[in-house]
Amino acid sequence: MSSADWQLVGFSLRMALASLLLVLPPGLALAWWLARKDWRGKALVETLVSLPLVLPPVVTGLVLLQLFGRRGLVGGWLHNTFHFDVVFTWRAVALALAAMSLPLLVRAARTAFEEVDVKFEQLARTLGAGEWRVFFTITLPLARRGVLAGTLLAFARALGEFGATIMVAGNIPGRTTTLPVAIYQAVENGEDAHAWTLAGVSAVIAFAAVFVSEKLQRRRK
Amino acid sequence: MNNAILTANFRKQFPGGPEIIAEDLHLGAGITVLFGASGSGKTTVLRCLAGLEIPDAGEIKFGGEIWFRKSGNISLPARKRGVGFVPQDYALFPHLTVAGNVGYGVNKLPVAERAARVAETLRWLGLAGLERRLPRELSGGQQQRVALARAVVTRPKHLLLDEPLAALDTPTRLRLRGELRHLLRQLGIPTILVTHDRFEALALGDDVVVLHDGRNVQHGAAPEVFSRPVNLAVAEITAVETVQPGKILEMRDGLATVAVGDARLIALAEDLPADAREVYVCIRAEDVILMKADTVQSSPRNRWAATVLKLAREGPLVRVSLDCGFPLMALLTQSACEELALREGMQMVALVKAPQVHLIAFTR
Repeated sequence: MSSADWQLVGFSLRMALASLLLVLPPGLALAWWLARKDWRGKALVETLVSLPLVLPPVVTGLVLLQLFGRRGLVGGWLHNTFHFDVVFTWRAVALALAAMSLPLLVRAARTAFEEVDVKFEQLARTLGAGEWRVFFTITLPLARRGVLAGTLLAFARALGEFGATIMVAGNIPGRTTTLPVAIYQAVENGEDAHAWTLAGVSAVIAFAAVFVSEKLQRRRK
Repeated sequence: MNNAILTANFRKQFPGGPEIIAEDLHLGAGITVLFGASGSGKTTVLRCLAGLEIPDAGEIKFGGEIWFRKSGNISLPARKRGVGFVPQDYALFPHLTVAGNVGYGVNKLPVAERAARVAETLRWLGLAGLERRLPRELSGGQQQRVALARAVVTRPKHLLLDEPLAALDTPTRLRLRGELRHLLRQLGIPTILVTHDRFEALALGDDVVVLHDGRNVQHGAAPEVFSRPVNLAVAEITAVETVQPGKILEMRDGLATVAVGDARLIALAEDLPADAREVYVCIRAEDVILMKADTVQSSPRNRWAATVLKLAREGPLVRVSLDCGFPLMALLTQSACEELALREGMQMVALVKAPQVHLIAFTR
C-alpha cells in the first residue's frame, strides 16, 4: 500500500462518515414518521425511500446529477445564491453515498422504532415530556441497537458505492475518487495486484461493519 | 356526590370494540375505585382521564380546568394534565435506573432540588439504596413502588392507578395492599384506582364506581356498593355469594317478608319500590352465622335449619354450601369450622340479620 492508497482509504472513510452525518437527521426523522404516524401518501413515500435499493445506482446518480447540476433545480439555486457547487466535488461523493444508504438506514431505524412499546412514550408524556424529549430520552435510547445496526449497514453500503458516485462526482484522483472507483480504475489499467490490495481493504472494513451490525441486531432479541 | 373535583361525561369506542360510556362520573377527593370485570372498560376510562385516549364525544373537567370538550374541540394533552399515572405493568423505563425513572418528571427543577426530591420520595417508599439499579434488577413489589414514586414525585393533582397490585404474586399483593392504602392516605392526592378484585376495592377505596358492559352502573361508598348492589348485574360483578329469586308476601313497618324456595325470610325494604312483588334476595357469605342445631338464640330475625352440602377451603377461610330451603353460601374461618366440627351432611342452624339481607326489585 502506497501513501496514495492510504489517502484513498482515508478519503473513502471520511466520505462514508460525511454521508452518515448527512443522512442521519432526515433518515431518523423519516423513520420515526413512518413508524409512529399515519398520513396520506405514506405508501408513496415508503416506496420512494426504498427505490435506490432496487434502481440501478447509475440511475440514482443520473437523477442526482440532474437535480444538483449547475442548471439543476437544487444545484442552480445553490450556485446562484451561495456560489456553492456540488457535482464533481467531494460534496457530490457524500451526497451520492447518502442517497444510496438512506433506504438501509430508514428501514432499520423504522423497525427499531416500531419495536419500542408506545406505553413508555405515553408514560413519559404523562410526566410532562414534550415530543422532542420523548424522542431523545425514550424512543431513541430504546431503539439504539437497531438504529446503530442500521447506521453501520448504511456506512458499509456507502463504502461500496460505485454507480451513483461516478455519475455525480466522476473520477478525479485525489478529489472525488473512492475505493470502489479506484478498484475499477486499477483493473482498467491492468494493475490487477493493486486492485486486489484495495479490494482486500474494502472487504475488511465491510466485514467489520456488517459483523458488528449483525451482532447488535441479534443481541436485541 | 358533592365536592366533586373531577367530572366526566364521555363515550369512547375502538373500532370493532364495545362502546365505553362514562355517564355523570363525579369523583371526589378521596380514593375512588373503578371496579368491574375485565372488558368492562375500566382501563379505557382511566386512559381517557389521563389524556392517553381521546374520547369520541363528551366532556372531562378537573376543578376549573376543561381537560376535554368535544364541542369546543378542546383536548388538553397528557403532558399538561398534571396527573400521576401508574399503568398495570408499571412501564418503568427499562434503560433508566431507579433514580432516572423517578427523576424523569422533575427534570425542570434545579439539579440539587431535583436530587433532593427524588431522594425524599425514594426514602418515603422504602427504596433508598436502590437508586442505581435498573428496573429488571428489582422485585415486583419494588417495581410497583418505583412506579408509584415516579408518579408522585411531580406532586400531581390527581393520581391514576391501573390495577396497581395485579402484577404481583399473592403474598406480596396482600402485604402491599395495606401499605398502599396507608401511602395513598398520607399523600392525600385524589386517586382513581382500577381493580377487578373485590377485597382490593374494599381495602383501598373510599368510593366505588361499578362498571358493567362499558357503563358506570353504581357509585357509592365501598361497603355500601358491595352489600347493596342496585341490580342483578352489579350483584354478579361484586360476587354476592347468594342471589336467589323470591316473592314478597308482606310489607309492613319497613320490613318485607319474602318467600325464597321453601323458606321465608325478613329483610329491610327501605330501598324497595312499594309495588315490588318479585325480588332478588342477596346475602353476603360473611354475614351468615352458622350454629349447632340445638343452640338456642333468638336475636336474628332469620333462622333456618340448614344442611351442610359442601365445604371448600380457600386459604384461611372455608366456603360452606348450605341447603336451607334455598341454596345459601357461608364463609367461615378454619378455626370456626373446627370448633363446630363441620362435616358435609350435618344439620346446622343458619342465622342472618334482617339488615344484612338486601333485596333488588325484579325488573325485566
